[in-house]
Amino acid sequence: MASLIGFYSLFFSLGCSILILFFSFKNLQDTINFDNKLLSLTFLQLLFIILSFFGLIISFVNSDFSNSTVFNHSHTTKPLFYKISGTWGNHEGSLLLWLLVLTLFLFLFLISSKKQPKKYRVLTLLFQQIIIIGFLIFLIQTSNPFAQIYPVPSEGLGLNPILQDPALAIHPPILYLGYVGSSIIFSSVLAASSTNYISKEWAKHIKQWVLISWFFLSLGILLGSIWAYYELGWGGFWFWDPVENVSLMPWLALTTLFHCVLVLEKKLLLTSWVVVLSIATFTLSMCGTFLVRSGILNSVHTFADDPDRGLYILIFLFTLIFLSLFIFFFLHKTDGQNNNTFFWLSKETSILINNWFMMYFLAVVLIGTIYPIFLDVLTSQKISVGPPFYHKLIIPFLIPFLLAMAIGPKLNWIKSNLQNKSHLLLLFAISLILSFLIIRILEISFLVNTILFTSAFYLFFITLRDFFIKEFKNLAQNIAHFGFSLLILSILFNNFLSTEVITNLKVGETYKSDELSINFERIEKIKKQNFEAIIGKFNVKSDNELVDILKPELRIYNQPNIVTSEADIKTDLLSDKFMTMNLVQNQEYFNIRYQIKPFMIWIWFSVIIISFGGLLSFFKKKYEK
Amino acid sequence: MGCSAFSKKNMKNKILLPFAIVSFLFIFFILYVGLNRSNIYIPETVINEKIPTFKVKVFNSEKELSSIEIFKNDIYYLLNIWASWCIPCRDEHPYLMELKKNKKLKIVGLNYKDKVKNANNFLNELNNPYTLILSDTDGTIAIEWGAYGVPETFLVYNGKIIKKIIGPMNNNLFKEIESAVK
Repeated sequence: MASLIGFYSLFFSLGCSILILFFSFKNLQDTINFDNKLLSLTFLQLLFIILSFFGLIISFVNSDFSNSTVFNHSHTTKPLFYKISGTWGNHEGSLLLWLLVLTLFLFLFLISSKKQPKKYRVLTLLFQQIIIIGFLIFLIQTSNPFAQIYPVPSEGLGLNPILQDPALAIHPPILYLGYVGSSIIFSSVLAASSTNYISKEWAKHIKQWVLISWFFLSLGILLGSIWAYYELGWGGFWFWDPVENVSLMPWLALTTLFHCVLVLEKKLLLTSWVVVLSIATFTLSMCGTFLVRSGILNSVHTFADDPDRGLYILIFLFTLIFLSLFIFFFLHKTDGQNNNTFFWLSKETSILINNWFMMYFLAVVLIGTIYPIFLDVLTSQKISVGPPFYHKLIIPFLIPFLLAMAIGPKLNWIKSNLQNKSHLLLLFAISLILSFLIIRILEISFLVNTILFTSAFYLFFITLRDFFIKEFKNLAQNIAHFGFSLLILSILFNNFLSTEVITNLKVGETYKSDELSINFERIEKIKKQNFEAIIGKFNVKSDNELVDILKPELRIYNQPNIVTSEADIKTDLLSDKFMTMNLVQNQEYFNIRYQIKPFMIWIWFSVIIISFGGLLSFFKKKYEK
Repeated sequence: MGCSAFSKKNMKNKILLPFAIVSFLFIFFILYVGLNRSNIYIPETVINEKIPTFKVKVFNSEKELSSIEIFKNDIYYLLNIWASWCIPCRDEHPYLMELKKNKKLKIVGLNYKDKVKNANNFLNELNNPYTLILSDTDGTIAIEWGAYGVPETFLVYNGKIIKKIIGPMNNNLFKEIESAVK
């Protein structure tokens, strides 16, 4: 029943789309008034999508296995929480979530943009509707979440155990708010270009949307990363997997866009940058969806290999790209003054430098992700691009990037001289000495490390100092940049100070090394609703003093029958103690992996600082001159 | 000035627009073709080529071996190029462990551009399917075999490559190897 309502709601909402198209074309001829029917229809459409989404949730909660999505991704013994989160833990349901965000953002846009020009609002609505219609047809045609099965199976196939996790349950909705939320920026920029409304007022208005998308995208990526850290059990937090890359690319574009919008709002410069980046952010999001959903790349998020779906998204994506190209080249008017007002030492120049660095990072990630496809098609060669590629290409360029981040915000708009040069130099000297000492103590000998540490410390100290200066105004920016320096420092220390013990133990045995001993005391078995767990108890001692008791788990899920390894992690401010245990085949031994990972929590924490720094500028009323 | 700015923009468009259209069409074409390709990696036809001759260090030791000492006649060898940082290598690892049980086959690992510590951890964690591991820290030996990256696997018999697998092994390829060795 719920499935049926959900299914028909999709058609009703498609009907709304067609009505909206009709009325907005009609409304375009009216020069003054915004037709309020459009707002009502948009609201109605949102209601239908919400209804459809709830229809699917209810089918999941009731374990209605006549619905093939529920049958394939749920099971009666799942806890309620994971029955609900199973709704978006699959291809069909997550596309319904896409639609929900698309329509929600459109509605919010319409009610919050009443002061904007009428024609611009109608056109934004029109462009967003094109996207909505595209996804509605996609959903109904190729990925219907309400497909029926007959005869009705008595039991479902179950949700993939690694997805049965609290962080991952909320990861898709949060990520989508950012990922799909960028659609409204896309629609808006096309509308603003078409009506020649790219202006300071427009920048001020679109800035909020950029910020919201950016904030949720950052948090969404963070949640995914935290999940990968404790669930995949390798103790890493970023694997350069295609699916991570496709979320990072829109993030880089969005971050750059945000900086450009600031310049646009102040100085009416960089308009072409803003237009291109707004288009790029959403097309990159769609491109990501294409890459991971079509099965063209192998990834953890490949739900199913279905070339038909891939083909549809591909054609739709390129329709949008060509539409944007047309608008950009024929309707968008650049102001001829762009090049004249740039002075080399000014805030806008430093933002321009920042842009080019971000574009470089974006290009590296993009090439690393899709180059294997190109090579395969053109020459039938297969390559796999791993972390070494990204590290080699990105790390050296972080150095000037960090320095630009430290000095850029100190400059004024248009033209400036560096004031207070003395403290800039002093802090640089301190950073350099500190880094030098650290490198000596850690006995890592590379020159590039010293410079990297220096630039990260430099940004750290400069932003830190600014917190204590009274006349300092741009708090949001400073927090975000401070967070970034903290992030880089944490990653560096984490990378260089991590230690690891890997050994095979059986119950009762003790592993001993110079620094520590690990005693495998016992194992116990526990039965839970959706899995059985084997829990090991390990006493970690250092200098004969008990440091930690760690209890890693092996979970044997009943539906589907999969064994997962749950790390036990003890977190404190300075370091994470991380332990996983795995079965060694056909033996009574367990493979134990014990890691000490310094500053792990600071990596997460600094991303939160960055996000909230960004969010803070949402509430900022006065801007610095 | 307005006029010159306009014509300047026009000029720019004349070059940029066709360029953008052509590049996007090209990308579309590539992705379209890529979509219709199967994801199962198709072996290349280097079959029956002689294996390269080389000298190589044995992993975890200072010993050096030549290719003739490693690949003896009348025995099937599976040369598997792997690295601890390579995620597909983890995927194919269970297949290697399964193949290890086959008494007619010896699996030789070529550890590609890896750190010894990480590689050892990888083996400790997932178990060691190899009878012998060679160390290719700079990746030159993989190049001599004509490998494009990791993982890649070569089935060798009597000094000749009789099968080549690019990318991670899957169930079908696993069965093909089993039947080839019989």
